[in-house]
Amino acid sequence: MTEIRDVDVAELRHLVSERALKGETMLLNMGPQHPSTHGVLRLMLELDGEIVVNCIPDIGFLHTGVEKNMESKTYQKAEVMTDRLDYMNPIGNNLVYCLAVEKLCDLDVPLRAQGVRVILAELTRLNSHLLWLGTSGLDIGAMSLFLYCMREREMILDIFEMCSGQRMMTTYIRPGGLWRDVPVEFEGAVRDFIELMPRRIEEYESLLNENPLFLERTAGIGVLTYENAIRWGATGPIARGSGVKFDLRKERPYMGYEQYDFDIPTRTEGDVRARYLVRMDEMRESLKIIRQALDKLPYGPVRSNNRKFIPPPRSEIGVSMEALIHHFKLWTEGFNVPKGAIYTAIESPRGELGVYLESDGGPKPYRVHYRTPSFAALQLMPLLAKGHFIADLVAIIASIDIVLGDTDR
Amino acid sequence: MDGAMILEWVIKSIFLILVMTGGFAYVTLYERKVLARIQVRIGPNRAGPFGVLQPVADGIKLIFKEELVPAKADKLIFTLAPVLTVIPALIITAVVPWGTEVTLFGRTIKLYLADINIAVLYLMAVTSISIYGIALAGWSSNNKYATLGGLRATAQMISYELALGFAMIVPVMMAGSMSLVDIVESQKPVWFVFVQPLAFLIYFIAALAEINRSPFDMPEAEQELTAGYHTEYSGMKFALFFMAEYIKMIAISMIGSSLFLGGYRGPFVDQLPALGPLYLFIKVAIVLFVIIWIRATLPRIRYDRLMQFGWKVLFPLALLNVFVTGVVLILVGG
Repeated sequence: MTEIRDVDVAELRHLVSERALKGETMLLNMGPQHPSTHGVLRLMLELDGEIVVNCIPDIGFLHTGVEKNMESKTYQKAEVMTDRLDYMNPIGNNLVYCLAVEKLCDLDVPLRAQGVRVILAELTRLNSHLLWLGTSGLDIGAMSLFLYCMREREMILDIFEMCSGQRMMTTYIRPGGLWRDVPVEFEGAVRDFIELMPRRIEEYESLLNENPLFLERTAGIGVLTYENAIRWGATGPIARGSGVKFDLRKERPYMGYEQYDFDIPTRTEGDVRARYLVRMDEMRESLKIIRQALDKLPYGPVRSNNRKFIPPPRSEIGVSMEALIHHFKLWTEGFNVPKGAIYTAIESPRGELGVYLESDGGPKPYRVHYRTPSFAALQLMPLLAKGHFIADLVAIIASIDIVLGDTDR
Repeated sequence: MDGAMILEWVIKSIFLILVMTGGFAYVTLYERKVLARIQVRIGPNRAGPFGVLQPVADGIKLIFKEELVPAKADKLIFTLAPVLTVIPALIITAVVPWGTEVTLFGRTIKLYLADINIAVLYLMAVTSISIYGIALAGWSSNNKYATLGGLRATAQMISYELALGFAMIVPVMMAGSMSLVDIVESQKPVWFVFVQPLAFLIYFIAALAEINRSPFDMPEAEQELTAGYHTEYSGMKFALFFMAEYIKMIAISMIGSSLFLGGYRGPFVDQLPALGPLYLFIKVAIVLFVIIWIRATLPRIRYDRLMQFGWKVLFPLALLNVFVTGVVLILVGG
């Protein structure tokens, strides 16, 4: 185990330019409490006037120890913690964790559960993109957009609440299926939402797309080239904004994504505007997927019938001794997962969200590691920010759409 | 000069200051209500019926707040800066006429504080002073964000002052006088905004930049510089900056209305002069609405683009406009 030691200031000198040491440029500490660092991100900025010479991201202010904590909980209980990672994508975090557990245990997932999972995952993507759109609008000073986005996001949260009783931290997706079936109102609510949403997206675009002030603030700002996008491990809308046509839903389909017809929007400019346009188009594609999934949604069970992993229904417990034993065992000891290690990844709203899960054969994970897109995207900051104004820096932070809960875990 | 006249001036001055400070309070409410409506919210509605007591509540809150002065701040300038900002804002409207004359208690009272023959020059001079307050506030706080905010304000001011000046010269040329009373009176046949739409537009844009309103609110761009020049201010000192900003909003609307929108002029104002202030009030309310509407809709323009726009677009346009107006006036008049 490595020893924890204090860092000497002299060791950090290489991070700034020679001119900063002579006092020619200004060092500005932006964050961790700052209105537009989207959480508790700290940026050390070296400024020449208002132009960013160096940008040094400093993370760890929201470190929650989720990964380590998961090691001391049974597989069912550990899942509750995953919601708290990327708090804009709780269902995606659940989903990738459940996929990993299901693969390790070789659990089957009924078709209805798969369909509902897809609908909810895409709703979460919309939820995340709406919040991103609102806050990035706010960051460049278009304040009303934020409240319009919140209005639509509210509808999504209402749907989550309807299903799980929770608006954000749902833990609705469970290994082997869902917590329970969706209520009867679910389909109507989702249909209302996908009917309304295309109009609303057009409304947002009418505020921004052709607005010269918006174009000035976004076109040509924070350009990420195709090569750099690949070299720095950018995924999701950031990579797609730079022309990397990579989406795990197409490349390595999970949860039956191969049966839905949708496009992967890409742009080649690689600037803030390209990332904006990609995300706007992604919202439309998500609506397409939701509509198809809703049309195809079969009836049937929403949980696997494997009693070694899935608790029996309430009705069985009263009449079956075996069911009672299963129930007791599952909620006290948990289920044993066969020894092995696995990496599973899904396409989260921010990019490739992967989980590495290692089991030693017991009821608790031996090691959990999340490969989070925000962490990978954040290392782009010094590259993208260099040579831009502070005002652009804010737009760049917004455009890479970091969630600090996702970065520090 | 008799004692009654001095008394009249004192009363009018106090009245004007009360109207401006009261107006400030209710412009904040007006802005919050309008913004809320645009943004599908309700807005303040807890304090009093329809939230009319909200500004009072805000004021009381700010008075009781602790006033912090940063340890390494320049204390004298730090205290002086808000005063320097708010006083020009208050005295700016002294030359704006509210109406012609009314007879009150058997005495003819002119509905303006001062009708000086260099009113437009006075306006230009006084509006420029308040920038000192902002620049000094930014500098004396000993805070990097505040310094950047102060610098931005200064740069912005320099870029827009000229265009603003040239836009204001146009009505002066049309009226042949610098007195605002004369300018308003010469709009009797037709408002200058219909004759000189470009000048009005330039005036409006430059004025928005002058008072640091969105989309030119860079000095206090919350998302970039936390709160810009007033980052370190709290309590009543902060309230003074806030007050200056909103009073300047009213002043800019009043001046704009007088220069281009016919000021207190309206139907039947010659028969019933008491209507003058009402017409001015309506015009100011409409201009204020547009300012708030812009804030709700547009993103913030970037600092360097703002300067480019000021020097490369607005300034030449304003100059050209003055030139063309001059030529036309000579051709028509000569």
